[in-house]
Amino acid sequence: MTQKPKLAVWKFASCDGCQLSLLDCEDELLAVAGAVDIAYFPEATRRMVDGPYDVSLVEGSITTPHDAERIVAIRKNSKKLITIGACATAGGIQALRNFRDVKEWTSLVYAHPEYIDTLAHSSPIAEHVKVDFELRGCPINKMQLVEVLAAFLNQRKPLVPNHSVCVECKLNEQVCVMVTQQTPCLGPVTQAGCGALCPRYLRGCFGCFGPKENPNTASMATQWRTSGASESQIFRAFRGINGYAEAFRLESERSEQRLQPTEQEAK
Amino acid sequence: MHYRLEASDLEQLLDALKADGYALLGPQRQDNAILYDTLESVADLPQGWTDQQEAGQYKLKRREDAAYFGYVVGPRSWKRVFLPPRKRLWSATQQDGVWSISEEPLPTQKVALIGVRACEIHAIAIQDRVLREGPYPDPYYTTMRAQSLIIAVNCTQAAPTCFCTSMDTGPNATFGFDLSLTELLEPAHCFVVEVGSPKGQALVETLGLPAANDPDQARAQAGVDQARKQIKRTLQRDDVKALLYRNLEHARWDEVASRCLSCANCTMVCPTCFCTEMEDITDLTGDHAERWQRWDSCFHGQFTHVHGGPVRQSTRSRYRQWLTHKLASWEDQFGTTGCVGCGRCIAWCPAGIDLTAEVKAFRESEHTQENNKR
Repeated sequence: MTQKPKLAVWKFASCDGCQLSLLDCEDELLAVAGAVDIAYFPEATRRMVDGPYDVSLVEGSITTPHDAERIVAIRKNSKKLITIGACATAGGIQALRNFRDVKEWTSLVYAHPEYIDTLAHSSPIAEHVKVDFELRGCPINKMQLVEVLAAFLNQRKPLVPNHSVCVECKLNEQVCVMVTQQTPCLGPVTQAGCGALCPRYLRGCFGCFGPKENPNTASMATQWRTSGASESQIFRAFRGINGYAEAFRLESERSEQRLQPTEQEAK
Repeated sequence: MHYRLEASDLEQLLDALKADGYALLGPQRQDNAILYDTLESVADLPQGWTDQQEAGQYKLKRREDAAYFGYVVGPRSWKRVFLPPRKRLWSATQQDGVWSISEEPLPTQKVALIGVRACEIHAIAIQDRVLREGPYPDPYYTTMRAQSLIIAVNCTQAAPTCFCTSMDTGPNATFGFDLSLTELLEPAHCFVVEVGSPKGQALVETLGLPAANDPDQARAQAGVDQARKQIKRTLQRDDVKALLYRNLEHARWDEVASRCLSCANCTMVCPTCFCTEMEDITDLTGDHAERWQRWDSCFHGQFTHVHGGPVRQSTRSRYRQWLTHKLASWEDQFGTTGCVGCGRCIAWCPAGIDLTAEVKAFRESEHTQENNKR
């Protein structure tokens, strides 16, 4: 019998939610365990087998000098490296620090900031090492994770479309909350993958899966303004979980510039 | 020959269809819209409700009367019946090194479509040319079309987004139906019924419908005329093809691309857009594989992906492809226009882009150029 491919799951700066998606696979978990040798997955088992690994799933962003060294070692020890979640692919919510002075923040938050050894930026894994596939989401969709694993195990392309959330709404035959309710929704600029979860419950999309291919965030912001959204609402929408992803970052910066004069006026 | 069906006897029509083995599909109020879905009885119909539509806007509102079909069109079109958003085509399983492939069985359930608008009948006819009468008929589509029955409802009111009169597709159905109904609210709530096929004739006989009198027929005509008068949006059709072809490098494409979200909503709600993507999946073991067909859109980068990347990378090129295909090259390809004037792409565009306004912009810019020359 041929040896099963060795799977490793690594954690960087993150909330563990994406790794949990793997454990959350329930019905598919036994199939996953049957298809791969779970060689390193501290969240699930204390059994730790040394590398090299066939597939490494990497959760979290790089936020410390130690992280930056560790990811290089993991890359060397992995045939395929797949990042999972918004932290690993876009820097995550902790990338809000990228827009501010980290030293100032640490001095405000910690009693002994001198103990804190952190980088000025929270950065996605792909800024540090070559990544074979980036799976989006906050958290990732477990069915997409199984699909990506199945694709890598069978040496085919993962079926993870990069079109808008709107397409998922329409394929599910859900009614547009933006057109019917003027609900601020990021669906038209956000990549599909969640199954249009929020619009299904008549909520606007929060952009958890990051910018879609070819996103027109400027038109999106204009549309929000027209529907009565405040500038700070627009600013916060783009500077969220995926705020450091380029398209969302640029739009939040544009919005911030619009915001500043009004803030000054308020003062 | 026109017949009269009392509104209180509408249930009998549905019952007759059910008795004939049809599953009913029709309008109902769901999630703040009027959607086509499985219909059990007259009680499911959106009686007393209407829709208010504008570019990028759709709202339901209570009517002051008890009209069953007092709305215009919603986000779903009938194409979901013949060309479902997602459909498995075949699956394959490997056992002991041998692959067995099983094709998805074709549907056998007959369906009756209740409340099909004139523009939608034209949309079905347009898709027929592509998916049924072309060189490669789609088996699912062809099967479903063959076992479908169409009860049309003529429009007696229009939405601001409607422009069927420009496209010669409405407001009343002239072909492609088994029965067509025109709803009258006064003096008594009833329908004037027109027969469009032998199946429709059989239904009228089963129900024993009396002939409609002249005043009823005149009122039905007046209702349709009223809808026609309400239509204010226009699309000058005669030279639109040449107009667009003359302006392929016009700066207007950049302008519309600055608003277009390339979200694909317009193509998803369009009753004629037929593009699909093939998706192949396997399970973890690789012993089970499936091929699925799902709606695709020319607004996706993946849509024109060839070795090296997508051919149409910019939103400008995607919007241009969509509009020129819909109004111009569709004619070269299939001999008809690809637009029926239902206005769905206008109402359901989150950015409120209106194709009739875009066409006007091209035309006006040519006029301006002409005038400047003089």
